Amino acid sequence: MTIHTRSVAELAAGLARKEFSAVELAEHFLARIERSNSALNAYVTVTPERALADARAADEARARGAAGPLTGVPLAHKDIFCTDGVRTACGSKMLENFVAPYDATVVERLHAAGTVMLGKTNMDEFAMGSSNETSHFGPVRNPWDLDRVPGGSSGGSAAVVAARLAPVATGTDTGGSIRQPAALVGISGIKPTYGRVSRYGMIAFASSLDQAGIMAPSAEDCALLLQAMAGFDARDSTSVDRPVPDYVAELGAPLQGVRIGLLKEFFAHGLEGPTATLVQAAIDEYRRLGAEIVEVSCPSLPLSVPTYYVVAPAECSSNLSRFDGVRFGHRCKDPRDLMDLYKRSRGEGFGAEVKRRIMTGTYVLSAGYYDAYYLKAQKCRSLISADFKRAFAEVDLLLGPTSPSPAFAIGAKVDDPITMYLNDIYTIGANLAGLPAMSIPCGFDGALPVGLQLIGPHFGESRLLSAAHAYQGVTDFHRRIPAAYA
Amino acid sequence: MNETTEAGWEVVIGLEIHAQLATRSKIFSGSATAYGAAPNSQANLVDLGYPGVLPVLNREAVRMAVKFGLATGSTVAERSVFARKNYFYPDLPKGYQISQYERPIVEDGSLEIMLDDGTKKTIGITRAHLEEDAGKSLHEGLKNASGIDLNRAGTPLLEIVSEPDLRSAKEAIAYLKKVHTLVRYLEICDGNMQEGSFRCDANVSVRRFGAAKFGTRCEIKNVNSFRFVEKAINYEVARQIDVLEGGGTIRQETRLYDSAKDETRSMRSKEEANDYRYFPDPDLLPVVLEPAFIETVRATLPELPDEKAARFIRDYALSAYDAAVLTSSRELASFYESVVAAAGGAASAKLAANWVMGDFSGALNRDGLEIAGARVTAEGLAGLMARIQDNTISGKIAKDVFELMWADRATADAVIEANGLRQITDTSAIEAAIDAVLAANPGQLAEYRSGKDRLFGFFVGQSMKATQGKANPAQLNELLKKKLDNP
Repeated sequence: MTIHTRSVAELAAGLARKEFSAVELAEHFLARIERSNSALNAYVTVTPERALADARAADEARARGAAGPLTGVPLAHKDIFCTDGVRTACGSKMLENFVAPYDATVVERLHAAGTVMLGKTNMDEFAMGSSNETSHFGPVRNPWDLDRVPGGSSGGSAAVVAARLAPVATGTDTGGSIRQPAALVGISGIKPTYGRVSRYGMIAFASSLDQAGIMAPSAEDCALLLQAMAGFDARDSTSVDRPVPDYVAELGAPLQGVRIGLLKEFFAHGLEGPTATLVQAAIDEYRRLGAEIVEVSCPSLPLSVPTYYVVAPAECSSNLSRFDGVRFGHRCKDPRDLMDLYKRSRGEGFGAEVKRRIMTGTYVLSAGYYDAYYLKAQKCRSLISADFKRAFAEVDLLLGPTSPSPAFAIGAKVDDPITMYLNDIYTIGANLAGLPAMSIPCGFDGALPVGLQLIGPHFGESRLLSAAHAYQGVTDFHRRIPAAYA
Repeated sequence: MNETTEAGWEVVIGLEIHAQLATRSKIFSGSATAYGAAPNSQANLVDLGYPGVLPVLNREAVRMAVKFGLATGSTVAERSVFARKNYFYPDLPKGYQISQYERPIVEDGSLEIMLDDGTKKTIGITRAHLEEDAGKSLHEGLKNASGIDLNRAGTPLLEIVSEPDLRSAKEAIAYLKKVHTLVRYLEICDGNMQEGSFRCDANVSVRRFGAAKFGTRCEIKNVNSFRFVEKAINYEVARQIDVLEGGGTIRQETRLYDSAKDETRSMRSKEEANDYRYFPDPDLLPVVLEPAFIETVRATLPELPDEKAARFIRDYALSAYDAAVLTSSRELASFYESVVAAAGGAASAKLAANWVMGDFSGALNRDGLEIAGARVTAEGLAGLMARIQDNTISGKIAKDVFELMWADRATADAVIEANGLRQITDTSAIEAAIDAVLAANPGQLAEYRSGKDRLFGFFVGQSMKATQGKANPAQLNELLKKKLDNP
């Protein structure tokens, strides 16, 4: 059996059986990165020395009998997570030369769990984008079709897992940035409940929406990794002090009697063609697995895209103010004075999409516009949250598509931000309401993967993961790997 | 009241006081807040606004703000919200200041000040909110560059905003001092104005008496002593009246006080002011205070200055003025009470007040000492008072004894003994001195007896001199009178 086609759970089992060492495993993936990354542009930084050092430490821990379930498992981090001593560029020229002086909590916890860091993955600049085309480091290519986007903003993480240049990767999801790329490259991805995973050390885009999660071949892999990432962190005031369930142990929960809601608003307009057919087939599969399928409604959900595109830019306009050329990051050459330093450093350091959002956010927070935009958006957000709450009084999970269409061609939507923003139409609701949500592969539209989205109530990760796991027990879409990388 | 009101103008002042809270660590990070450390040695990644870092609220700062709210009869909000105030400045690392905007932690309180004529006036406190301080830009000794010291960035501040209830610079100072006294009583601020722990901006406007609306106000920033606050306000009032009487109008603007030139000058106009784009900080949860928590804080409140002053007036029969002076700091009040206790209680209260407010405070000021460093203890001062009360020494000699006690950290008895300052109360000894003086001054004696009464003082002086000032003054007076009038 080839090493890289295995899931994280299978690799962990191989390590435990000493079928291969952590060093051998790391070397195997580093060789694959060496061979394929230039075509995919999925890693922006590869850290072979760090990987081998981590791997040696993992092997030593195992020899000592101190290995945990993830000891020796290689992974890639989205380049939004600060990594001590390793460049953290966040897809931006602004941070092209920024070496973080500390580890994000997510990085720290996964490192403590014995994982082996292979490198940092490409992403939309400051996580603003749905196609990975806003990255200063160039677009990532979809392993299923190199002319197509892998989705975004965690496009690099999606591509490395799809092409098995890493068995698993971290991601972040502010408006669908884990789920949409997971769907577009045919892998599993989970965005946990807001507050479940610490945001400390994760470069902020929109603080009230950002949440770290995991991208992996299977739901079981997501459970394994989330187990190590989740939990209260005193350094993040919005992280929630609540025990973390044993996600892996609860994976086997039966679907019998579980009520799955179909959101009317997800199926009403625009959802057609192969994506609609594949999602319908998945619904039938869930029914066969014993779930009860009911229709529910969140009438405010159509407000989610405009609400998101007020709230997220507002927060980003403030979050990105710290990039001023004074203490870190890009600084323009020979500033004439302070204002020149600010204007040119930021003008040169940020790309077009980031500037668009900073300007939008500045506008909606300005005196005279605040009530009409920001305040109204917050009210809409409350309505959306209340709708979801009502829905979860009736059902255990919600189900729908992840993305309206499979991966589109690189360059196809780049000049049309509104069309680009509509990619997030199914994913944004969960962020606005802080709900956990997953995308899992549910088939193919021609050669391109299609994702199925599951949304749970707050802290309902276990149910989400077990429902996805049950589906993956009777389907094999999540096991398919693009031929060139098999 | 003063010349400006006589000219028909009413002065309207509101103060914004920034009190640095005396927490050991910063409001949103674990860095130390000690003053005077090497630049940037007390700034961690959170203070530097590094990518990915997050603020965590210091509960101690909240507790201190609650104390202030309770001590001023304010409403302590059960739910308050931190907001971001967005603007670019090199010493503001994140590009925004975390402050409270729409939902401050303290609202709607008041303090009472005493006016010159002894009447009391209530000054409203609109709100007090928590916020972080910015860093400092340094320009000295740098060529074509500015330095930035972020040690102060993230230091907790309580911004205390008054209603525009103050009607003169004097009232403003009385209120400022009142707040200054209170925050030190509460031990929430060290009150050090030189180090910037207690700063004040003044909003000043003038209007014709009887006018319904306030005049356009100017905000004076950068005033760092009581004296300068008073001077800055007086300058600004005169300037505004000048402009208005010259037919001009006041522009709403921020003005800077220059203490060297004793003037205020324009810093930025309202039009140039930033749009701060306040919005709730998504990195921080609302501050929710349970009523039970507020009550536990209430239980830690000390006796407040006004309560203490009222008690001094009641128990020690002090004047309102004396009570106000003695309660101006917790240390002084406590020292005073120790003196009274050591001196045997309320009977000695007035004498104790005179000594504590007089020679004792004078010596502290002269030597630049705090009460903790005083060279005469409460027991020592009570010992000195005892020697006055039992006529061992006169009040006049007591002043010399006090100075010697201060110089040598000695007891009154030791000083009196060592210097032979014991008062002479022996009638025959005083009579002998008087006799000698009368004998030595026959001419003056004759004049006195022929009706020149005012020579009595001359004889007092001479006789006192003859006893090296040690004669009991009352006794000496009485005996002298008897001898002069009954030859």
